[in-house]
Amino acid sequence: MAYSDKVVEHFNNPRNMGSFKKDEDGVGTGIVGAPECGDVMKLQIKVQGEKIVDAKFKTFGCGSAIASSSLATEWMKGKTLEEAAKIKNTDIVQELNLPPVKIHCSVLAEDAIKAALADYKKKAGQSE
Amino acid sequence: MKFPLYLDNHATTPMDPRVLEAMLPYFVEKFGNAASRNHAFGWEAEEAVENARKQLARLIHADPKEIVFTSGATESDNLALKGVVEMYREKGDHIITGLTEHRAVLDTAKALETKRGIKVTYLPVDKTGLVSPDDVRQAITDKTILISIMLANNEIGTINPMKEIGKIAKEKGILLHCDATQGVGKIPVDVQEMGIDLMSFTAHKIYGPKGIGALYVRKKAPRVRIAPMIDGGGHERGMRSGTLPVPLIVGFGKACELCEQEMPTESVRLAKMRDRLQAGIMKALEEVYLNGHPTQRLPHNLNISFAYVEGESLLMGVKEIALSSGSACTSATLEPSYVLRALGVGSDLAHSSIRFGLGRFNTDEEIDYTIKRIIEIVTKLREMSPLYEMAKEGVDLKNVQWATH
Ligand SMILES: Cc1ncc(COP(=O)(O)O)c(C=O)c1O
Repeated sequence: MAYSDKVVEHFNNPRNMGSFKKDEDGVGTGIVGAPECGDVMKLQIKVQGEKIVDAKFKTFGCGSAIASSSLATEWMKGKTLEEAAKIKNTDIVQELNLPPVKIHCSVLAEDAIKAALADYKKKAGQSE
Repeated sequence: MKFPLYLDNHATTPMDPRVLEAMLPYFVEKFGNAASRNHAFGWEAEEAVENARKQLARLIHADPKEIVFTSGATESDNLALKGVVEMYREKGDHIITGLTEHRAVLDTAKALETKRGIKVTYLPVDKTGLVSPDDVRQAITDKTILISIMLANNEIGTINPMKEIGKIAKEKGILLHCDATQGVGKIPVDVQEMGIDLMSFTAHKIYGPKGIGALYVRKKAPRVRIAPMIDGGGHERGMRSGTLPVPLIVGFGKACELCEQEMPTESVRLAKMRDRLQAGIMKALEEVYLNGHPTQRLPHNLNISFAYVEGESLLMGVKEIALSSGSACTSATLEPSYVLRALGVGSDLAHSSIRFGLGRFNTDEEIDYTIKRIIEIVTKLREMSPLYEMAKEGVDLKNVQWATH
């Protein structure tokens, strides 16, 4: 299968690859997927006030999964929590030109965003 | 080095230029129909076909009259299974095959189950991919009419004990079909010694052209009869009608001749290269696992899993090298290789598997380059892998509650 130029570009130059310490203040972590399914995504956000000031990812999965999560971190940075929650998998599909067999990669990325936001809110709620 | 490198010789092989040379006269100049009995054009074509038949037969220790030309191994597998079932249906309704067979056999068996009411036993394999002769023996019933076991697996290269299986088949008087597509031309094959009654193989895996294959059908002790799937002019002793593609057949013959001549040196050379590839990768990287049998495997096959790295992303990272993966990230089902699953390889490691298939035209320089690039990309992708990170932190991935989707 041929990959779109944008998938290849993200794969070759992943944005924001890496990790924050999970227990660091203001960090929310979302891990979705399973090794048996061939993809696991970890998305992390660093929040100050209402704003996502930084984001990082690590992904085990195909090129499209890696590109989807790389793109997700790029999009989340600078957004408010509310804005980030509105990122849809279909936006990712469109931006990366994902073929139908790769749509699940974008779904996983949306799930990872939601999981990271939820984790942040849970932690923030507890520390208040 | 000429890029991209080709290390996917189980899928298909490039044609040997000597094969092409042998074929060329049979397109324009010597275009006759081998079935034309009344003029020189036909005689010339027939002679070429009969010569090729001899070249095929010699490679597998058969009689030229026992060779039936087909369009490829898929058709040969279909013809063997369906042809035997149709001919011997009154004698029984049970066939035995293996879980790691090629889909040309498995899907044919499934079609016989649903359309013809045939009962099929799918034998398991051990963790190296071997079918046990004892399992074959135990699966036999008084209704068994055919055993179909492959010589060598197309993914993991494991070579089955055909001689032992052949002995059991003979002893019980049951026909034995062997899909030898990956083994013929690569390792010695002797249908007498192995007790094989029907055998499929194809030209495009042995540096010949695509679109031509053969089914060996034993003529003596026992004389095997099969019903044709394609009726018509009665070519190939009625077992496979249709005007013979003479240039393809000539190419197939030449390819067999070259394999026979070069196998002793070629198999040693390829095994050495393969061993160097394996050692080079395994020395540099941790948690790399061999899939298949450590020694009883095709000399040009290497199948390994790189823990924490998904196979398709690995292929994408080394796009200048043609390889294949057991990861099914691109397939509609999203299921990883059924062959690896049959060996008991976990889904995670099946998604992480890469198949290297070396061939006649690969060089040591290409192998060195491949070792270097595989180490680079696996290292890079592990850096990117949350699983690798967790494993390094001491998390047991087996005990994690994954949010499956
Ligand atoms: C074991 C085995 N059987 C059958 C086939 C099908 O061969 P063909 O492409 O000639 O139909 C292949 C090739 O993919 C194979 O590896």
